[in-house]
Amino acid sequence: MSTTFWILLTACLTGIACGPIGCFLVLRRLVMMGDAISHAVLPGIVVGYLLTGVRDPFIMLAGALGVGIITAWLTGIVHHVGQVDEGASMGVVFTLLFAIGVILVSAYTGQVDLDADCVLYGEIAYVTWDTFQIGSTDMGPRAVWMLGGIVAMNVIFIVMFYKQLKICAFDPELASSLGIPTGVFHYLLMTMTAMTVVAAFESVGAILVVAMLAVPAATAYLLTRHLWFMLILSAVIGCLSGLLGYGLAALFDSSISGAMAVAAGILFLLAILFSPHHGIAVLWARRLLHNR
Amino acid sequence: MNTAHNEPQTPNLAASPVEVADLTVAYSRRPVLRDINLMLPEGQLIAIIGPNGAGKSTLLKAIMGILPLSTGEVKIFGKPLEEQRGLVAYVPQRGSVDWDFPTHVLDVVLMGRYGTLGLFQRPGKTDREIAWSCLSKVGMEEFARRQINQLSGGQQQRVFLARALAQEAEIYLMDEPFAGVDAATERAVIALLRELKSQGKTVVCVHHDLQTIPTYFDHVVLINMHLIANGPTTTTYTSENLRRPMGEA
Repeated sequence: MSTTFWILLTACLTGIACGPIGCFLVLRRLVMMGDAISHAVLPGIVVGYLLTGVRDPFIMLAGALGVGIITAWLTGIVHHVGQVDEGASMGVVFTLLFAIGVILVSAYTGQVDLDADCVLYGEIAYVTWDTFQIGSTDMGPRAVWMLGGIVAMNVIFIVMFYKQLKICAFDPELASSLGIPTGVFHYLLMTMTAMTVVAAFESVGAILVVAMLAVPAATAYLLTRHLWFMLILSAVIGCLSGLLGYGLAALFDSSISGAMAVAAGILFLLAILFSPHHGIAVLWARRLLHNR
Repeated sequence: MNTAHNEPQTPNLAASPVEVADLTVAYSRRPVLRDINLMLPEGQLIAIIGPNGAGKSTLLKAIMGILPLSTGEVKIFGKPLEEQRGLVAYVPQRGSVDWDFPTHVLDVVLMGRYGTLGLFQRPGKTDREIAWSCLSKVGMEEFARRQINQLSGGQQQRVFLARALAQEAEIYLMDEPFAGVDAATERAVIALLRELKSQGKTVVCVHHDLQTIPTYFDHVVLINMHLIANGPTTTTYTSENLRRPMGEA
Protein backbone atom coordinates (compact mmCIF):
# COMPACT_ATOMS: atom_id res chain seq x y z
CA MET A 1 0.00 0.00 0.00
CA SER A 2 1.16 3.50 -0.72
CA THR A 3 2.93 5.79 1.72
CA THR A 4 0.16 8.38 1.32
CA PHE A 5 -2.46 5.89 2.43
CA TRP A 6 -0.56 5.05 5.62
CA ILE A 7 0.11 8.70 6.45
CA LEU A 8 -3.57 9.55 5.96
CA LEU A 9 -4.62 6.58 8.09
CA THR A 10 -2.21 7.63 10.84
CA ALA A 11 -3.49 11.20 10.73
CA CYS A 12 -7.13 10.04 10.89
CA LEU A 13 -6.46 7.64 13.76
CA THR A 14 -4.67 10.38 15.70
CA GLY A 15 -7.75 12.58 15.38
CA ILE A 16 -10.11 9.75 16.33
CA ALA A 17 -7.99 8.79 19.36
CA CYS A 18 -7.62 12.35 20.66
CA GLY A 19 -11.09 13.82 19.98
CA PRO A 20 -13.34 11.93 22.43
CA ILE A 21 -10.79 11.91 25.29
CA GLY A 22 -10.33 15.62 24.58
CA CYS A 23 -14.10 16.13 25.03
CA PHE A 24 -13.91 15.04 28.67
CA LEU A 25 -10.84 17.22 29.22
CA VAL A 26 -12.65 20.22 27.69
CA LEU A 27 -15.82 19.64 29.74
CA ARG A 28 -13.85 19.21 32.96
CA ARG A 29 -11.59 22.18 32.14
CA LEU A 30 -8.59 19.89 32.25
CA VAL A 31 -7.13 20.58 28.81
CA MET A 32 -4.04 22.00 30.45
CA MET A 33 -3.63 18.69 32.29
CA GLY A 34 -3.48 17.07 28.84
CA ASP A 35 -0.83 19.62 27.93
CA ALA A 36 1.08 18.83 31.10
CA ILE A 37 0.94 15.08 30.53
CA SER A 38 1.92 15.40 26.86
CA HIS A 39 5.13 17.13 27.92
CA ALA A 40 5.82 15.16 31.06
CA VAL A 41 5.72 11.74 29.34
CA LEU A 42 8.87 12.59 27.37
CA PRO A 43 11.40 11.34 29.96
CA GLY A 44 9.33 8.16 30.32
CA ILE A 45 9.54 7.51 26.60
CA VAL A 46 13.27 8.24 26.50
CA VAL A 47 14.03 6.03 29.49
CA GLY A 48 11.98 3.32 27.78
CA TYR A 49 14.18 3.65 24.69
CA LEU A 50 17.39 3.75 26.69
CA LEU A 51 16.57 0.67 28.75
CA THR A 52 15.51 -1.53 25.86
CA GLY A 53 17.32 0.04 22.93
CA VAL A 54 14.30 -0.62 20.70
CA ARG A 55 11.10 1.18 19.89
CA ASP A 56 8.87 -1.24 21.62
CA PRO A 57 5.42 0.31 21.88
CA PHE A 58 4.62 -1.53 25.11
CA ILE A 59 7.80 -0.38 26.85
CA MET A 60 7.13 3.17 25.65
CA LEU A 61 3.53 3.05 26.87
CA ALA A 62 4.63 1.67 30.22
CA GLY A 63 7.34 4.31 30.65
CA ALA A 64 5.02 7.12 29.65
CA LEU A 65 2.22 5.80 31.84
CA GLY A 66 4.55 5.68 34.82
CA VAL A 67 5.56 9.29 34.26
CA GLY A 68 1.96 10.31 33.56
CA ILE A 69 0.88 8.96 36.93
CA ILE A 70 3.92 10.52 38.61
CA THR A 71 2.88 13.88 37.08
CA ALA A 72 -0.63 13.74 38.49
CA TRP A 73 0.76 12.59 41.84
CA LEU A 74 3.60 15.14 42.02
CA THR A 75 1.20 17.92 41.02
CA GLY A 76 -0.97 16.97 43.97
CA ILE A 77 2.02 16.95 46.34
CA VAL A 78 3.35 20.33 45.20
CA HIS A 79 -0.18 21.71 45.45
CA HIS A 80 -0.87 20.42 48.98
CA VAL A 81 2.54 20.38 50.68
CA GLY A 82 3.88 23.49 48.98
CA GLN A 83 0.52 25.29 49.36
CA VAL A 84 0.92 26.41 45.73
CA ASP A 85 -1.98 27.01 43.36
CA GLU A 86 -2.85 23.91 41.31
CA GLY A 87 -2.10 25.56 37.95
CA ALA A 88 1.28 26.72 39.18
CA SER A 89 2.18 23.31 40.59
CA MET A 90 1.19 21.71 37.27
CA GLY A 91 3.49 24.19 35.53
CA VAL A 92 6.36 23.36 37.87
CA VAL A 93 6.01 19.60 37.52
CA PHE A 94 5.49 19.23 33.79
CA THR A 95 8.16 21.69 32.68
CA LEU A 96 10.63 20.02 35.01
CA LEU A 97 9.84 16.55 33.65
CA PHE A 98 9.87 17.80 30.05
CA ALA A 99 13.24 19.46 30.68
CA ILE A 100 14.63 16.19 32.03
CA GLY A 101 13.35 14.54 28.86
CA VAL A 102 15.01 17.14 26.64
CA ILE A 103 18.33 16.70 28.49
CA LEU A 104 18.08 12.91 28.12
CA VAL A 105 17.32 13.23 24.41
CA SER A 106 20.24 15.59 23.77
CA ALA A 107 22.67 13.67 25.96
CA TYR A 108 21.95 10.30 24.38
CA THR A 109 21.19 11.30 20.79
CA GLY A 110 23.81 8.84 19.63
CA GLN A 111 22.05 5.92 21.27
CA VAL A 112 18.46 6.98 20.87
CA ASP A 113 16.70 7.08 17.55
CA LEU A 114 14.98 10.30 18.55
CA ASP A 115 15.72 13.97 18.20
CA ALA A 116 14.30 17.21 19.50
CA ASP A 117 12.48 18.05 16.25
CA CYS A 118 10.68 14.75 16.15
CA VAL A 119 9.71 15.08 19.82
CA LEU A 120 8.22 18.51 19.26
CA TYR A 121 6.65 18.14 15.82
CA GLY A 122 6.32 14.42 15.27
CA GLU A 123 7.39 12.48 12.22
CA ILE A 124 4.16 11.48 10.54
CA ALA A 125 5.76 11.71 7.09
CA TYR A 126 8.04 8.81 8.02
CA VAL A 127 5.55 6.42 9.61
CA THR A 128 6.04 3.88 6.84
CA TRP A 129 9.75 3.62 7.67
CA ASP A 130 8.97 1.91 10.94
CA THR A 131 6.83 -1.12 10.23
CA PHE A 132 5.62 -3.97 12.34
CA GLN A 133 6.31 -7.54 11.33
CA ILE A 134 4.83 -10.85 12.33
CA GLY A 135 7.22 -13.55 11.15
CA SER A 136 8.17 -12.31 7.71
CA THR A 137 4.85 -10.62 6.93
CA ASP A 138 4.87 -6.84 6.92
CA MET A 139 1.85 -5.71 8.91
CA GLY A 140 2.19 -2.01 8.10
CA PRO A 141 3.44 0.94 10.18
CA ARG A 142 3.84 0.43 13.91
CA ALA A 143 2.22 3.84 14.60
CA VAL A 144 -0.98 2.69 12.89
CA TRP A 145 -1.20 -0.38 15.10
CA MET A 146 -0.48 1.59 18.22
CA LEU A 147 -3.03 4.30 17.42
CA GLY A 148 -5.57 1.70 16.34
CA GLY A 149 -5.12 -0.09 19.65
CA ILE A 150 -5.58 3.16 21.56
CA VAL A 151 -8.71 4.05 19.58
CA ALA A 152 -10.17 0.65 20.47
CA MET A 153 -9.23 1.07 24.15
CA ASN A 154 -10.70 4.58 24.30
CA VAL A 155 -13.95 3.41 22.72
CA ILE A 156 -14.24 0.50 25.16
CA PHE A 157 -13.36 2.77 28.10
CA ILE A 158 -15.91 5.45 27.17
CA VAL A 159 -18.70 2.99 26.33
CA MET A 160 -18.19 1.00 29.54
CA PHE A 161 -17.96 3.98 31.87
CA TYR A 162 -20.09 6.49 29.96
CA LYS A 163 -22.41 7.27 32.85
CA GLN A 164 -19.58 7.64 35.39
CA LEU A 165 -17.54 9.86 33.06
CA LYS A 166 -20.60 11.99 32.37
CA ILE A 167 -21.67 12.45 36.00
CA CYS A 168 -18.08 13.09 37.18
CA ALA A 169 -17.75 15.79 34.53
CA PHE A 170 -21.15 17.41 35.16
CA ASP A 171 -21.61 17.15 38.92
CA PRO A 172 -18.72 15.53 40.82
CA GLU A 173 -20.38 16.29 44.18
CA LEU A 174 -23.49 14.35 43.25
CA ALA A 175 -21.27 11.58 41.91
CA SER A 176 -19.43 11.15 45.20
CA SER A 177 -22.70 11.45 47.16
CA LEU A 178 -23.93 8.46 45.13
CA GLY A 179 -20.81 6.53 46.08
CA ILE A 180 -19.15 6.77 42.65
CA PRO A 181 -15.38 6.90 43.25
CA THR A 182 -14.65 10.22 41.53
CA GLY A 183 -10.93 10.02 42.31
CA VAL A 184 -10.63 6.64 40.59
CA PHE A 185 -12.35 7.95 37.46
CA HIS A 186 -10.18 11.07 37.48
CA TYR A 187 -7.03 8.93 37.46
CA LEU A 188 -8.51 6.56 34.87
CA LEU A 189 -9.21 9.52 32.58
CA MET A 190 -5.68 10.82 33.17
CA THR A 191 -4.28 7.36 32.41
CA MET A 192 -6.23 7.16 29.15
CA THR A 193 -5.04 10.67 28.30
CA ALA A 194 -1.43 9.66 28.94
CA MET A 195 -1.77 6.54 26.75
CA THR A 196 -3.45 8.51 23.96
CA VAL A 197 -0.77 11.18 24.12
CA VAL A 198 1.99 8.59 23.90
CA ALA A 199 0.38 6.92 20.91
CA ALA A 200 -0.15 10.22 19.12
CA PHE A 201 3.25 11.52 20.15
CA GLU A 202 5.23 9.86 17.37
CA SER A 203 3.01 11.15 14.63
CA VAL A 204 2.17 14.71 15.70
CA GLY A 205 4.64 15.45 18.50
CA ALA A 206 4.29 16.75 22.04
CA ILE A 207 3.04 20.23 21.21
CA LEU A 208 0.54 19.48 18.48
CA VAL A 209 -1.03 16.59 20.38
CA VAL A 210 -2.57 19.24 22.62
CA ALA A 211 -4.15 20.80 19.54
CA MET A 212 -5.63 17.43 18.59
CA LEU A 213 -6.97 16.94 22.15
CA ALA A 214 -8.47 20.40 22.53
CA VAL A 215 -9.50 21.82 19.17
CA PRO A 216 -11.77 19.09 17.67
CA ALA A 217 -13.44 18.67 21.09
CA ALA A 218 -14.03 22.41 21.42
CA THR A 219 -15.40 22.51 17.85
CA ALA A 220 -17.80 19.65 18.59
CA TYR A 221 -18.89 21.46 21.78
CA LEU A 222 -20.00 24.41 19.65
CA LEU A 223 -21.97 22.22 17.27
CA THR A 224 -24.06 19.99 19.53
CA ARG A 225 -25.78 19.98 22.91
CA HIS A 226 -25.68 16.19 23.34
CA LEU A 227 -22.67 14.58 24.99
CA TRP A 228 -22.77 11.33 22.99
CA PHE A 229 -22.99 13.26 19.71
CA MET A 230 -20.21 15.60 20.83
CA LEU A 231 -17.97 12.54 21.35
CA ILE A 232 -18.69 11.17 17.86
CA LEU A 233 -18.43 14.59 16.25
CA SER A 234 -15.05 15.27 17.87
CA ALA A 235 -13.70 12.05 16.39
CA VAL A 236 -15.06 12.95 12.94
CA ILE A 237 -13.64 16.47 13.17
CA GLY A 238 -10.29 15.10 14.39
CA CYS A 239 -10.21 12.71 11.44
CA LEU A 240 -11.18 15.49 9.04
CA SER A 241 -8.43 17.73 10.45
CA GLY A 242 -5.96 14.97 9.64
CA LEU A 243 -7.16 14.64 6.05
CA LEU A 244 -7.38 18.39 5.45
CA GLY A 245 -4.00 18.87 7.10
CA TYR A 246 -2.41 16.41 4.73
CA GLY A 247 -3.94 18.29 1.78
CA LEU A 248 -2.68 21.62 3.11
CA ALA A 249 0.78 20.21 3.72
CA ALA A 250 0.92 18.81 0.18
CA LEU A 251 -0.27 22.14 -1.22
CA PHE A 252 2.29 24.26 0.63
CA ASP A 253 4.94 21.56 0.93
CA SER A 254 5.03 22.04 4.69
CA SER A 255 4.99 20.06 7.95
CA ILE A 256 2.05 17.65 8.03
CA SER A 257 1.47 17.83 11.76
CA GLY A 258 1.57 21.63 11.69
CA ALA A 259 -0.93 21.66 8.85
CA MET A 260 -3.18 19.24 10.79
CA ALA A 261 -3.35 21.63 13.73
CA VAL A 262 -4.00 24.54 11.39
CA ALA A 263 -6.79 22.56 9.69
CA ALA A 264 -8.31 21.84 13.10
CA GLY A 265 -8.11 25.56 13.85
CA ILE A 266 -9.85 26.43 10.56
CA LEU A 267 -12.68 23.98 11.35
CA PHE A 268 -13.03 25.57 14.79
CA LEU A 269 -13.24 29.01 13.23
CA LEU A 270 -15.95 27.78 10.86
CA ALA A 271 -17.88 26.40 13.84
CA ILE A 272 -17.62 29.74 15.63
CA LEU A 273 -19.02 31.46 12.57
CA PHE A 274 -21.66 28.97 11.46
CA SER A 275 -22.69 26.94 14.52
CA PRO A 276 -26.51 26.67 14.41
CA HIS A 277 -27.06 28.03 17.94
CA HIS A 278 -24.21 30.43 18.65
CA GLY A 279 -22.63 30.99 15.23
CA ILE A 280 -21.68 34.64 14.82
CA ALA A 281 -22.56 34.64 11.12
CA VAL A 282 -25.82 32.80 11.84
CA LEU A 283 -26.88 35.30 14.51
CA TRP A 284 -25.88 38.16 12.23
CA ALA A 285 -27.87 36.79 9.29
CA ARG A 286 -30.86 36.18 11.56
CA ARG A 287 -30.75 39.76 12.79
CA LEU A 288 -30.49 41.03 9.21
CA LEU A 289 -33.56 39.03 8.15
CA HIS A 290 -35.42 40.15 11.24
CA ASN A 291 -34.77 43.84 10.66
CA ARG A 292 -36.08 43.75 7.15
CA MET B 1 -38.59 11.60 68.72
CA ASN B 2 -41.33 11.71 66.17
CA THR B 3 -42.12 8.18 65.05
CA ALA B 4 -45.63 8.74 63.72
CA HIS B 5 -44.67 8.68 60.05
CA ASN B 6 -42.27 5.76 59.95
CA GLU B 7 -42.12 4.04 56.58
CA PRO B 8 -42.10 0.26 56.67
CA GLN B 9 -38.70 0.09 54.90
CA THR B 10 -37.04 2.35 57.48
CA PRO B 11 -34.21 0.11 58.64
CA ASN B 12 -33.96 1.06 62.29
CA LEU B 13 -36.93 2.68 63.94
CA ALA B 14 -35.03 3.59 67.08
CA ALA B 15 -32.11 5.38 65.43
CA SER B 16 -31.94 9.01 64.36
CA PRO B 17 -31.89 9.49 60.56
CA VAL B 18 -28.70 11.56 60.87
CA GLU B 19 -26.36 11.29 63.81
CA VAL B 20 -23.09 13.19 63.89
CA ALA B 21 -20.52 12.56 66.63
CA ASP B 22 -17.38 14.61 67.42
CA LEU B 23 -17.18 15.85 63.86
CA THR B 24 -14.27 18.08 62.85
CA VAL B 25 -13.60 19.07 59.24
CA ALA B 26 -10.54 21.02 58.12
CA TYR B 27 -9.46 22.63 54.85
CA SER B 28 -5.66 22.47 54.56
CA ARG B 29 -5.31 21.90 58.31
CA ARG B 30 -7.51 24.89 59.26
CA PRO B 31 -10.67 23.61 60.96
CA VAL B 32 -13.95 24.94 59.55
CA LEU B 33 -16.19 22.75 61.72
CA ARG B 34 -15.24 21.77 65.24
CA ASP B 35 -16.61 19.10 67.59
CA ILE B 36 -20.09 18.90 66.14
CA ASN B 37 -22.45 16.53 67.94
CA LEU B 38 -25.85 16.34 66.40
CA MET B 39 -28.93 14.10 66.31
CA LEU B 40 -31.62 15.06 63.85
CA PRO B 41 -35.28 14.10 64.31
CA GLU B 42 -37.05 11.93 61.76
CA GLY B 43 -39.83 13.06 59.43
CA GLN B 44 -39.31 16.80 59.85
CA LEU B 45 -38.26 19.81 57.82
CA ILE B 46 -34.94 20.90 59.30
CA ALA B 47 -33.02 24.12 58.58
CA ILE B 48 -29.30 24.55 59.04
CA ILE B 49 -28.61 28.23 59.64
CA GLY B 50 -25.62 30.37 60.53
CA PRO B 51 -23.61 33.32 59.25
CA ASN B 52 -21.55 33.23 56.05
CA GLY B 53 -18.55 30.94 56.39
CA ALA B 54 -20.12 29.16 59.37
CA GLY B 55 -19.63 25.79 57.67
CA LYS B 56 -23.27 25.03 56.76
CA SER B 57 -22.50 23.58 53.32
CA THR B 58 -19.43 21.90 54.74
CA LEU B 59 -21.62 20.14 57.30
CA LEU B 60 -23.89 18.73 54.57
CA LYS B 61 -20.90 17.64 52.49
CA ALA B 62 -19.27 16.01 55.52
CA ILE B 63 -22.48 14.10 56.32
CA MET B 64 -22.61 12.97 52.68
CA GLY B 65 -18.96 11.87 52.67
CA ILE B 66 -18.04 14.34 49.93
CA LEU B 67 -15.44 15.92 52.21
CA PRO B 68 -13.05 13.88 54.34
CA LEU B 69 -13.61 14.09 58.10
CA SER B 70 -10.65 15.04 60.27
CA THR B 71 -12.28 13.32 63.23
CA GLY B 72 -15.67 11.95 64.20
CA GLU B 73 -18.28 9.82 62.54
CA VAL B 74 -21.63 10.06 60.79
CA LYS B 75 -24.38 7.52 61.16
CA ILE B 76 -27.48 7.21 59.03
CA PHE B 77 -30.28 5.35 60.86
CA GLY B 78 -27.63 3.99 63.22
CA LYS B 79 -25.31 2.58 60.56
CA PRO B 80 -22.28 3.98 58.71
CA LEU B 81 -23.04 6.03 55.61
CA GLU B 82 -21.36 3.49 53.32
CA GLU B 83 -24.09 0.93 54.10
CA GLN B 84 -26.89 3.49 53.85
CA ARG B 85 -26.05 5.63 50.82
CA GLY B 86 -29.23 4.62 49.04
CA LEU B 87 -31.27 6.23 51.82
CA VAL B 88 -29.77 9.70 51.42
CA ALA B 89 -30.16 12.12 48.51
CA TYR B 90 -27.96 15.19 48.22
CA VAL B 91 -28.87 18.36 46.33
CA PRO B 92 -25.79 20.54 45.70
CA GLN B 93 -25.96 24.29 45.27
CA ARG B 94 -27.30 25.21 41.86
CA GLY B 95 -24.17 27.25 41.12
CA SER B 96 -21.85 24.30 41.73
CA VAL B 97 -22.33 22.85 38.24
CA ASP B 98 -21.75 24.08 34.71
CA TRP B 99 -25.18 24.63 33.15
CA ASP B 100 -23.57 24.84 29.70
CA PHE B 101 -22.80 21.12 29.93
CA PRO B 102 -24.12 19.39 26.79
CA THR B 103 -27.13 17.52 28.14
CA HIS B 104 -30.90 17.85 28.54
CA VAL B 105 -33.27 18.00 31.50
CA LEU B 106 -34.43 14.37 31.55
CA ASP B 107 -30.83 13.21 31.38
CA VAL B 108 -29.92 15.24 34.48
CA VAL B 109 -32.88 13.75 36.38
CA LEU B 110 -31.80 10.26 35.28
CA MET B 111 -28.44 10.88 37.01
CA GLY B 112 -30.38 10.49 40.27
CA ARG B 113 -30.81 6.82 39.33
CA TYR B 114 -27.08 6.15 38.82
CA GLY B 115 -26.62 5.12 42.44
CA THR B 116 -28.96 2.15 41.97
CA LEU B 117 -27.31 0.98 38.74
CA GLY B 118 -24.53 -1.57 38.45
CA LEU B 119 -21.02 -0.66 37.27
CA PHE B 120 -21.73 -1.05 33.55
CA GLN B 121 -25.53 -0.81 33.68
CA ARG B 122 -27.42 1.84 31.72
CA PRO B 123 -30.61 3.50 32.99
CA GLY B 124 -33.55 1.37 31.81
CA LYS B 125 -37.26 1.77 31.18
CA THR B 126 -38.18 1.82 34.89
CA ASP B 127 -35.54 4.47 35.59
CA ARG B 128 -36.90 6.59 32.75
CA GLU B 129 -40.47 6.24 34.08
CA ILE B 130 -39.33 7.29 37.56
CA ALA B 131 -37.48 10.29 36.09
CA TRP B 132 -40.60 11.37 34.14
CA SER B 133 -42.83 11.15 37.20
CA CYS B 134 -40.32 13.12 39.29
CA LEU B 135 -40.20 15.79 36.60
CA SER B 136 -43.98 16.08 36.68
CA LYS B 137 -43.88 16.43 40.48
CA VAL B 138 -41.84 19.61 40.09
CA GLY B 139 -43.96 20.80 37.15
CA MET B 140 -41.16 20.44 34.58
CA GLU B 141 -42.50 17.62 32.39
CA GLU B 142 -42.79 19.82 29.30
CA PHE B 143 -39.12 20.77 29.65
CA ALA B 144 -37.84 17.17 29.60
CA ARG B 145 -36.03 17.49 26.27
CA ARG B 146 -34.92 21.08 26.86
CA GLN B 147 -31.17 21.77 26.89
CA ILE B 148 -30.13 22.68 30.41
CA ASN B 149 -28.48 25.94 29.31
CA GLN B 150 -31.94 27.25 28.40
CA LEU B 151 -33.36 27.03 31.93
CA SER B 152 -34.02 29.87 34.36
CA GLY B 153 -32.58 29.73 37.87
CA GLY B 154 -35.87 28.48 39.32
CA GLN B 155 -36.16 25.79 36.64
CA GLN B 156 -32.59 24.66 37.33
CA GLN B 157 -33.50 24.28 41.01
CA ARG B 158 -36.58 22.23 40.13
CA VAL B 159 -34.50 19.94 37.93
CA PHE B 160 -32.12 19.39 40.84
CA LEU B 161 -35.06 18.57 43.12
CA ALA B 162 -36.51 16.16 40.56
CA ARG B 163 -33.12 14.47 40.39
CA ALA B 164 -33.08 14.08 44.19
CA LEU B 165 -36.65 12.69 44.12
CA ALA B 166 -35.51 10.14 41.54
CA GLN B 167 -33.12 8.74 44.15
CA GLU B 168 -36.19 7.66 46.17
CA ALA B 169 -34.37 8.32 49.43
CA GLU B 170 -35.51 8.62 53.05
CA ILE B 171 -33.34 11.64 53.87
CA TYR B 172 -32.87 14.69 51.63
CA LEU B 173 -29.90 17.00 52.23
CA MET B 174 -30.32 20.23 50.27
CA ASP B 175 -27.82 23.05 49.96
CA GLU B 176 -29.79 26.31 49.70
CA PRO B 177 -32.74 25.07 47.63
CA PHE B 178 -34.39 28.50 47.91
CA ALA B 179 -31.40 30.61 46.89
CA GLY B 180 -32.11 32.93 43.97
CA VAL B 181 -35.36 31.33 42.82
CA ASP B 182 -38.55 33.08 41.70
CA ALA B 183 -41.65 33.21 43.91
CA ALA B 184 -43.45 30.47 41.93
CA THR B 185 -40.52 28.11 42.34
CA GLU B 186 -40.27 28.95 46.02
CA ARG B 187 -43.93 27.96 46.48
CA ALA B 188 -43.42 24.79 44.43
CA VAL B 189 -40.33 23.84 46.43
CA ILE B 190 -41.94 24.31 49.83
CA ALA B 191 -45.03 22.38 48.71
CA LEU B 192 -42.76 19.56 47.62
CA LEU B 193 -40.83 19.58 50.90
CA ARG B 194 -44.11 19.40 52.82
CA GLU B 195 -45.23 16.48 50.68
CA LEU B 196 -41.96 14.69 51.44
CA LYS B 197 -42.56 15.33 55.13
CA SER B 198 -46.08 13.93 54.89
CA GLN B 199 -44.51 10.74 53.50
CA GLY B 200 -42.32 10.54 56.60
CA LYS B 201 -39.12 11.68 54.89
CA THR B 202 -36.53 13.80 56.65
CA VAL B 203 -35.49 16.98 54.83
CA VAL B 204 -32.44 19.00 55.86
CA CYS B 205 -31.88 22.38 54.14
CA VAL B 206 -29.12 24.93 54.40
CA HIS B 207 -31.21 28.08 54.55
CA HIS B 208 -30.44 31.78 54.34
CA ASP B 209 -33.74 33.60 54.57
CA LEU B 210 -34.29 33.96 58.30
CA GLN B 211 -37.82 35.38 57.85
CA THR B 212 -39.26 32.20 56.37
CA ILE B 213 -37.77 29.84 58.95
CA PRO B 214 -40.75 29.79 61.38
CA THR B 215 -43.22 29.10 58.54
CA TYR B 216 -41.12 26.59 56.59
CA PHE B 217 -39.19 24.58 59.14
CA ASP B 218 -40.05 22.46 62.19
CA HIS B 219 -36.54 22.18 63.52
CA VAL B 220 -33.44 24.36 63.34
CA VAL B 221 -29.73 23.73 63.72
CA LEU B 222 -27.64 26.83 64.38
CA ILE B 223 -23.96 26.55 63.64
CA ASN B 224 -20.98 28.85 63.48
CA MET B 225 -17.99 26.52 63.14
CA HIS B 226 -19.31 24.76 66.21
CA LEU B 227 -22.85 23.85 67.18
CA ILE B 228 -24.78 26.76 68.75
CA ALA B 229 -28.22 25.26 69.13
CA ASN B 230 -30.27 22.33 67.86
CA GLY B 231 -33.98 21.91 68.55
CA PRO B 232 -37.59 22.59 67.53
CA THR B 233 -38.06 25.95 65.80
CA THR B 234 -40.49 27.21 68.44
CA THR B 235 -38.04 26.84 71.31
CA THR B 236 -34.71 27.16 69.49
CA TYR B 237 -35.29 29.90 66.95
CA THR B 238 -35.07 32.69 69.54
CA SER B 239 -33.44 36.08 69.34
CA GLU B 240 -31.14 35.04 72.15
CA ASN B 241 -29.82 32.05 70.19
CA LEU B 242 -29.62 34.08 66.99
CA ARG B 243 -27.38 36.65 68.64
CA ARG B 244 -25.03 33.92 69.85
CA PRO B 245 -23.63 32.74 66.52
CA MET B 246 -22.73 36.29 65.54
CA GLY B 247 -21.13 37.05 68.91
CA GLU B 248 -18.84 34.11 69.53
CA ALA B 249 -16.90 32.46 66.74
